Amino acid sequence: MPTPSVLMGAVAYDPKVVTIWEGFRGWLRGRGLEFDFVLYSHYERQVDDLVAGRIDAAWNSPLAWLRADRLATAGGGSVHALTMRDTDRDLTSVVVVRADSPVHRVEDLAGRLVATGAVDSPQATLIPLGHLAAAGVRVDVRRFDVGVGLHGDHIGGERDAARALAAGEVDAACMIDANHLMFVQEGTLPPEGTRIVAQTGRYDHCNMTVREPASDGVRLFGDLLRGMSYADPQVRPLLDLEGLTAWQDGRTTGYAALAEAVDASGFYAPDGRVTAADYRP
Amino acid sequence: MTADVDIDLGGLGFDRGAHLLVQRALAGLPPGGRLAVSGTDAALGVHLPAWCRSRGHRVEWPDPADRSRLVAVVVRGTADDDRWFGAERAGPPLPGALHSRPPPRWGLGARGALLEAGGPEARFDLDDRDLVWADIAPTLYAQAAARQWDPQTAVPWDDTFTLPADVEAAVVQVMTYLVENEQAALVVPARFIGRIHPHFREVVQLLAVQVADEARHMEVFSRRALLRGAELGTSSAGGRQSLFTLVAESDFALASFLLSVLGEGSFVDLLGFLVRHAPDPVTRRICWLAMQDERRHVVFGMAHLEHQATVDPLLRDRLRAAIHRRHDALADTAGLNADVFDALVVLAAGGWNPDDVAAGFEHVRALQQAMDQGRQRRLVRLGFRPDEAAALSALHTRNFM
Repeated sequence: MPTPSVLMGAVAYDPKVVTIWEGFRGWLRGRGLEFDFVLYSHYERQVDDLVAGRIDAAWNSPLAWLRADRLATAGGGSVHALTMRDTDRDLTSVVVVRADSPVHRVEDLAGRLVATGAVDSPQATLIPLGHLAAAGVRVDVRRFDVGVGLHGDHIGGERDAARALAAGEVDAACMIDANHLMFVQEGTLPPEGTRIVAQTGRYDHCNMTVREPASDGVRLFGDLLRGMSYADPQVRPLLDLEGLTAWQDGRTTGYAALAEAVDASGFYAPDGRVTAADYRP
Repeated sequence: MTADVDIDLGGLGFDRGAHLLVQRALAGLPPGGRLAVSGTDAALGVHLPAWCRSRGHRVEWPDPADRSRLVAVVVRGTADDDRWFGAERAGPPLPGALHSRPPPRWGLGARGALLEAGGPEARFDLDDRDLVWADIAPTLYAQAAARQWDPQTAVPWDDTFTLPADVEAAVVQVMTYLVENEQAALVVPARFIGRIHPHFREVVQLLAVQVADEARHMEVFSRRALLRGAELGTSSAGGRQSLFTLVAESDFALASFLLSVLGEGSFVDLLGFLVRHAPDPVTRRICWLAMQDERRHVVFGMAHLEHQATVDPLLRDRLRAAIHRRHDALADTAGLNADVFDALVVLAAGGWNPDDVAAGFEHVRALQQAMDQGRQRRLVRLGFRPDEAAALSALHTRNFM
């Protein structure tokens, strides 16, 4: 019987991605899975390759999950969320103003200038702008396109939006909840210098997207990931780098807000084609 | 909502340290335990769940109809405990019960600290208690640290004195020789500091101070050499060869033996000689200060070799072989720089009458005898028979150090 195998794609949004997946590769191979990974410079090509069958699994952003799902469905197939990090569940994004801002309620943002992350950032652009649109609040947007194609994994655009807010260049800025705390702690935003005027509903972040959940390799991959223990000193540093304490089952119930934002903004077509006008990953 | 414990953060937010209070409250609960968190900070509802997510804690939100200050109930996760699973203490904090062989995984962890499992295998090849330790090391370190002196203020650099040109030249020659010796005495322990397991940190600290001692000595001897002129004296090839055999010795015990027990021991005698015969207050003072430091170096070298001699019956064979090896390596060299020997005679003579010179010569000969006696005494303390100690001492380099 051949050794179960998985070839996974990961997007190299940061040099640490190599450290993480080389480390995981050694750990997984030591437990009977012939695992390897390929690195992509952006998510769109990774999704193309997953759906085309060139890789077995894709460590996907939520936006990449949506497109993989749409592409696969349009082609008569399907993809599945195998696992996700415990930290991928129930995130929110916030819209932040300076403490002395006249904006107190979300409606007060109407007609004002709002800074966002990159065009393809679910958490700092698509979902919060979708949230404002759903509330009937029309705003002007100043986008900070850093790391386009990385779906917001590169935090640069989000941080630049926060800097623009602190500098008084914009009226509000969008960011993930944890990053608001981090930006204050690291000094990007002044302590007690900002107020949160809107918070989105809870949504989910990345998942390990696979084509054939029942194959030996993918089933073993899922079992091994879920079996990684934070008490294991070999994988703990890698889990710390990847920002999780445990792998959990994948779920797809947390992507509705992003799907609505994608449809409303015309980012992807229903069949998964990239239709965003000014998006060049 | 039910909870095991309640905490009210008041107006404190996570941007100003609220996590400390939450962490403290959670620490008292088992995994799965429930902590009700209340507070009035406006961002608490955003930051508390975000913080919990990153730490592996689960959050349950209150009923929207709940009008209390309850923000959420935190269900304690296992990550905090898991991180310390398999953690171990890096030995005892105090040196009373040191490990005989601290493992490489303790590496740079502070002795006595609780070490998270994992981390690098940091190899320090001098990791055997018997090879590096001496019980006197902590005390000696404390003394050494307390007795550091400031070269600028501890020496009367501004004293007005004038020496005859040939006496000044003799001082410059001797200072030149001392600088070279101290350079070697600095490099030898410095090379070992990075090889000793930090578990034996008092030894590392002591050697570090010893290096600092030598650095000061190099400074003051150089400064005295240039106090009245612009040039240093001569440096013989044989002298440098002799010193380099010390630097090249890679065995800690043998290097310590050659440097501290034989070399620095003789060096203390030389410094004492210079204190007695120095023609000016600056030279007298710096030799006295250096002598105090060097005595400490000898005490440590002797202490750890005496200990080692009790646990390693072959030690004396190795020490004996080291002396022979060094003697053979230097057999074809001229030994002490003749200029240095002559300069010592000039300083001890104190004048140019034939009787003065004869007396000076006799003082230097007495110095050499004293050095020999001192070496023999220390060799006997290390367990050599007196006749063998005499024979071995005679093989010591004519360069003194």
